[in-house]
Amino acid sequence: MAGAAVLGRLTWQVAQVAEARQETPRVRTIALEPADWPGHRAGQHVDVRLTAEDGYQAQRSYSIASAPGHGLELTVELLDDGEVSPYLVEELRPGDGLELRGPIGGYFVWEADDPHPVFLIGGGSGVVPLMAMIRHRIATGSTTPMRLLYSSRTIEDVIYRTELDEVEAASNGIEIVHTLTRVQPDGWTGYARRIDPDLLREVAWPAGERPAIYVCGATLFVQAVTEGLVGLGYDPLTVRTERYGGIGG
Amino acid sequence: MKTEEMVLDGNALGGMMLELFGREMTMVVSTCRSCGTTGPLASVDVYMKAPGVVVRCRTCQSVLMKIVRSSERVWLDVDGMRMMEMEL
Repeated sequence: MAGAAVLGRLTWQVAQVAEARQETPRVRTIALEPADWPGHRAGQHVDVRLTAEDGYQAQRSYSIASAPGHGLELTVELLDDGEVSPYLVEELRPGDGLELRGPIGGYFVWEADDPHPVFLIGGGSGVVPLMAMIRHRIATGSTTPMRLLYSSRTIEDVIYRTELDEVEAASNGIEIVHTLTRVQPDGWTGYARRIDPDLLREVAWPAGERPAIYVCGATLFVQAVTEGLVGLGYDPLTVRTERYGGIGG
Repeated sequence: MKTEEMVLDGNALGGMMLELFGREMTMVVSTCRSCGTTGPLASVDVYMKAPGVVVRCRTCQSVLMKIVRSSERVWLDVDGMRMMEMEL
């Protein structure tokens, strides 16, 4: 509709899949080439819509993994009872079209000129928008101290593992702290439990330094982390959260 | 899955609100009519698995907004909000 375009409303478009690569056995990154992409901010998401032959539609939101100015990549976790993620993780091939709209969101967003130290806390695939922030910091040459606390079940479930190891090894002001909640490999020296207030106290900057805090993960993960942070004295207004629920994506 | 595991936040409203209003709406600051809590729409509780979308105050759980859509029209009930404040 012409009027919709004039109003700048959000419209659906079909983006072509340029590349799909496996991150873990259950997680895949999909590089997309939308014809009309205004550029995104680190932390934003897109809506993806699948339409069945009978017209039934299912729609989900997926965080953008790539840094602003570095293409459009989504990282998607397979949910067994999902309506959309099995298609994205197991079926979609390069050259296929995928219907999406975006970029979306203005709250769970990090700008490279924010002077505050940044504390990122992710559970499972909640790391995806946080990775966009890490990549954005590196791409812009920002020197803002950044710290990622990343909770995974096992070492095999760690998304972006190689890249995160490289970021940590670069000693460039970005620290990566893992916790593995279910199974730990032999010789594991990192944390081995769910994120609790003691763990947060050990990893976070003191509340007085007013870090910008971003928490993303399943609903109960985000709730537990947020309550832990507030209990430690962090201003709830400095804690930005995004929950992906547990609804079948 | 339990209801408390399914609750999302206002970030999930971003696409629909952008579609309806033509601007980013999750930074809009709303005031709960029931308890007076103010905060960005991004930080309200959102229940998507209902016949419509139900938006609740995170502090007092009062219903702030209900959104129902058909293929042709959309209905927004914002009775639970006293105010919406946004940057021009």
